[in-house]
Amino acid sequence: MTALTSRARRAPAGLAPWEERRHPAGQFGKGALITLILVAVLGPLYTIVLTSLSSSATVNAAGGLVLVPDGITFEAYRQIFSDTVVSRAVLVSTGVTVAGTLISAGVSVLGAYSLSRPGSFLHRPLLFSVLLMFVFFPGIIPVYLMVSGLGLKDSYWSLILPTAVSAFNVVVLRSFFMSIPGEILDSARIDGAGEFRILFRIVLPMSKAVTAVVAMFYAVGYWNSWFNAMLYIDDTRKWPLALILRQYVVDSNPLPAATAGVTGDAPPTLAIKMAIVVIAVIPALILYPLVQRHFTKGVIVGAIKG
Amino acid sequence: MSSSITAAAGPTWRAKLRRDWPLLAMNLPMLLVVVAFWWVPALGNVIAFQDYNPYTGGILGSPVIGFTNFALLFQDPQFLRAIANTLSITAFQLVFYFPVPIMLALLLNSIVSARLRAFVQGVVYLPFFFSWVLVVAIFQQMFGGAGLLAQVLRENGHEGVDWMTNSDTFILLLTSQTIWKDAGWGAIIFLAALSTIDPNLYEAAAVDGARRWRRMWHITLPGLRPVIVLLLILRLGDALNVGFEQFMLQRSAVGSEASEVFDTFVYWSGIRTGDLGYGAAAGLFKGVVGLLLIIAANRVAHALGERGVYSRT
Repeated sequence: MTALTSRARRAPAGLAPWEERRHPAGQFGKGALITLILVAVLGPLYTIVLTSLSSSATVNAAGGLVLVPDGITFEAYRQIFSDTVVSRAVLVSTGVTVAGTLISAGVSVLGAYSLSRPGSFLHRPLLFSVLLMFVFFPGIIPVYLMVSGLGLKDSYWSLILPTAVSAFNVVVLRSFFMSIPGEILDSARIDGAGEFRILFRIVLPMSKAVTAVVAMFYAVGYWNSWFNAMLYIDDTRKWPLALILRQYVVDSNPLPAATAGVTGDAPPTLAIKMAIVVIAVIPALILYPLVQRHFTKGVIVGAIKG
Repeated sequence: MSSSITAAAGPTWRAKLRRDWPLLAMNLPMLLVVVAFWWVPALGNVIAFQDYNPYTGGILGSPVIGFTNFALLFQDPQFLRAIANTLSITAFQLVFYFPVPIMLALLLNSIVSARLRAFVQGVVYLPFFFSWVLVVAIFQQMFGGAGLLAQVLRENGHEGVDWMTNSDTFILLLTSQTIWKDAGWGAIIFLAALSTIDPNLYEAAAVDGARRWRRMWHITLPGLRPVIVLLLILRLGDALNVGFEQFMLQRSAVGSEASEVFDTFVYWSGIRTGDLGYGAAAGLFKGVVGLLLIIAANRVAHALGERGVYSRT
């Protein structure tokens, strides 16, 4: 009895000494809630990945999505990549994402650094023109007319240029650049370093984390973007993956112009649909762990607050 | 007169230009994008006041008709429906989405084990990085007519369900999708606010006999109050934005009556129907009202001593 009470008095790991012990029922409820949340996020991903790896016999036996594994086959993926429609869309999405991210990150870093020096020539109007993007969107139709007017319809540039600059990302970068102590930059300036040299030799190496997060935001945006492609790309051979996903998976239609698509004229099988979903998820799954640790480091939150 | 003031305030603009031209060169690529895809389209909104025809007149030759397009908008039942849907979705999500990230942050914050907390955080942030196409596809596989739920129900002798095409429950569906995709990410800012609360307060309160729930009521929630107020105001300033792709993607499934919002109306009436001036008028109306709402929201934020999206200086 005494042993029990004395153990109860010692605080369990992680609890402060003054904190009361947690009630078992409360702990159980919390555990159940956390489990439920994890299942709600991971459950759909689990069954989708599993179905994409199942043979058509398994899918038929399950009557739809597969919950219990019964042999693994890469048949759906083999079918997808033996055909040109999805492979080409993956290539288009990858190309647009890589090129777009490089352009956006480059333009934003240069732009954010150029706006990080209050009192410089034309500082206020240039800053103002970026901040205006926060409060007013010119509208879908004028942007559409501009893109068509520049002759960018059915060009990959229409998927990059209209969204190349995100005011949010520029402000995130700018507020980080401005937090770098001015003495460091001043001493470099006294040593005769120009602005480009200061940016690339001093400021960027000190800003790797924030630049990585911003680049990831751009990359995710380009990979996920569906509306711009729907608006500007009529040629189905230039479709990015997001449009294929809509066509095949959400609407269950074969591609209109596909002469020999994955499924010919028949709607795609469930395993193929789920394989396309998996392919669309993969980049986020790869990029995400690389930058996730920076989220908690206050890169984003500091920018939101500041 | 003015030149003597600038001279007194600092170097002349020539000297500043000579000093700062590398900065201007760095700004140029961004400036080009902003001019091409923000300033020019923003000015291109003049077509909202025209009977715009891209083939016969273009932006310079189309007849100016003043506010006719705007007057027509308010007689268009579909436009009024778009306003009503947008506002009711905002109101609904204010009640049923807005508190979710706060509660999630409190839950995450109460996980004692640091490793478990990091894992759960990693999982709940993840869907934020999925596209809407993907989220809609996943929901369809779960709750659609051929989805997992219907499949399980049928196997157990019940009737199947199809929540993806039911226009009556569409607002529930899209709010669940928003929670699934964004609530985890939305919790980040509340977690940051929680981490700034002085832990000594909790200890002092505990010593004074305050139990867990009283500590949450008297310390945690007051600590979160500034962030909650700020985000609430910002959400109200953004009331006309309820998302776009989510609605475009599900329009054919649930019909335009339930899914028409401002942005889909602009797209459908302008680009699909081809009445560009009319669609631009709807878009401009939304843009201007949105701008006024943001300014009003910031006034309120400043009046309450918060910073808002822009500060007064």
